[in-house]
Amino acid sequence: MNLINQRFRGPWTLFKKEILRFWRVSFQTVAAPVMTALLYLLIFSHVLGGRVEVYPDVPYAIFLIPGLIMMSILQNAFANSSSSLIQSKVMGSIIFVLLTPLSYLEFFLAFLSASIVRGLVVGFSIYFVAICFIDLPLIHPLFILAFAIAGSGMLGAFGIIAGLWAEKFDQMAAFQNFVIMPLSFLSGVFYSIHSLPPFWQKISHLNPFFYMIDGFRYGFFGQGDISPWFSLTVVLGSFIALSFITIGMLKAGYKLRG
Amino acid sequence: MTPAIKIEQVHKQFGALHALNCVDLTIEQGEFFALLGPNGAGKSTLINLLAGLLRPTSGNLSVMGFDVMAQYRQARRALGVVPQELVFDPFFNVREMLRFQAGYFGKGPENDAWIDEVIESLGLTDKVGTNMRRLSGGMKRRALIAQALVHKPPVIVLDEPTAGVDVELRYMLWEFIKRLNRDGHTIILTTHYLEEAEALCSRVALLKQGEVIALDSTKNLLASIPGKKLRLKLSAALPANLQDMVRHQEQHDYTLSLNVINQVEYVLAELRSANVVVEDMQLIEADLEDVFINLMGRHESN
Repeated sequence: MNLINQRFRGPWTLFKKEILRFWRVSFQTVAAPVMTALLYLLIFSHVLGGRVEVYPDVPYAIFLIPGLIMMSILQNAFANSSSSLIQSKVMGSIIFVLLTPLSYLEFFLAFLSASIVRGLVVGFSIYFVAICFIDLPLIHPLFILAFAIAGSGMLGAFGIIAGLWAEKFDQMAAFQNFVIMPLSFLSGVFYSIHSLPPFWQKISHLNPFFYMIDGFRYGFFGQGDISPWFSLTVVLGSFIALSFITIGMLKAGYKLRG
Repeated sequence: MTPAIKIEQVHKQFGALHALNCVDLTIEQGEFFALLGPNGAGKSTLINLLAGLLRPTSGNLSVMGFDVMAQYRQARRALGVVPQELVFDPFFNVREMLRFQAGYFGKGPENDAWIDEVIESLGLTDKVGTNMRRLSGGMKRRALIAQALVHKPPVIVLDEPTAGVDVELRYMLWEFIKRLNRDGHTIILTTHYLEEAEALCSRVALLKQGEVIALDSTKNLLASIPGKKLRLKLSAALPANLQDMVRHQEQHDYTLSLNVINQVEYVLAELRSANVVVEDMQLIEADLEDVFINLMGRHESN
């Protein structure tokens, strides 16, 4: 037992540090995204509630909440690994990790798991606040969990890539605003892809965020634009592909070890 | 005995720049070693290669017999590095940061007593609960040294540990590093203060433009400079025929370099005939600075 402890203590410590890092500023990393999601919920369900019915017998608020939860999970998983990396790179404190015997794989797993935890903490928080006001169905909880984990994992890996690539906060903000924001807003959180003209429907199908939102939503009320199994395959495939790219970059020491 | 550090035929290139050229260096266990050289000589590059922060273009480096690339886990466990810049993680206090650092090396609660010892000997006891961000420059420097020691590395590299540190702290750090060396740690120091290398280190390597231009014991290097220096405080300017001996001048305070001791007589005779009064006089032994200037100059003319 002690031997196992020692073997895994390195990556476990890095994971713990990454968790504590966001928990220390939880007002900004957890409370703020929950607040934002609730504001979206309040405004959109007020404006569109009763006017838009995406699926038969599904009120707009019930349609909207899962999408908002998933969007927040994805954005926060991305923010966790990317901002931790860019900060420690700019501050120079990244060397404290680079000087240690931690392998590139352990580095990857620690950052990835911390991102998943942050995504799930934010997701659960929004869920618990939302069910105080609205009765939310929960038809396929395993789908919900699978999409939440795979989605936050994928964005956590994506965040590591962005954090390795960016050298300034400015570049990171550009990545966030020009890649992550459009992908999440154009993924069908606020509307169904089916309501779009055929051309934009096709474009939307190229957006991996669409599959994450659609599949996640299916877990709540059992309806979606496409099969949840197909979505899950796409999401897992993207997660694995991005993980390989990230691991490759870490192994090569991309912008970390010259 | 396995050498603490072995550097063989190491070459490091950044684009067109040859930062290190064919460096060979062996440092034995228990040595107190100085890496000297002007800015851009390759000192930090060499340290970063040892620490695995950079990868050599060619050649091999090992720490306690472990190759820094192939056996990086063992090599990094054997090495503690104090970086030059005052870097820190703003989210944590001193104790948390030290425990995390130990944890990365696989050390758990069993190591806490050692961490407390390091904290105490570096005078950080009052600051253990203080966030790294709130520490003064001197305290940050101490915390950085503590951070390099949490895993009890046999080899410790300090990259300009006393840069920007006040005199009191400098002497305290010197004592601390000397104690580490007495306790059996191998110490490698880079420094700009030649006085520091002279006071502490038993062996010195001099780097210039990526090459080791001198490698010898401090004693031998000092003996290689036969001359002494003559410091004079004069009533008027130095006569023109003595100007080429001037090493340093500040108003009427002059430092002259002497190749042989009986040049003193010549200097005094010249001063007397020029009617210049000697207000104060001191004869000084050569120091590492002279060795440094001498070798750098000689290398230049080659």
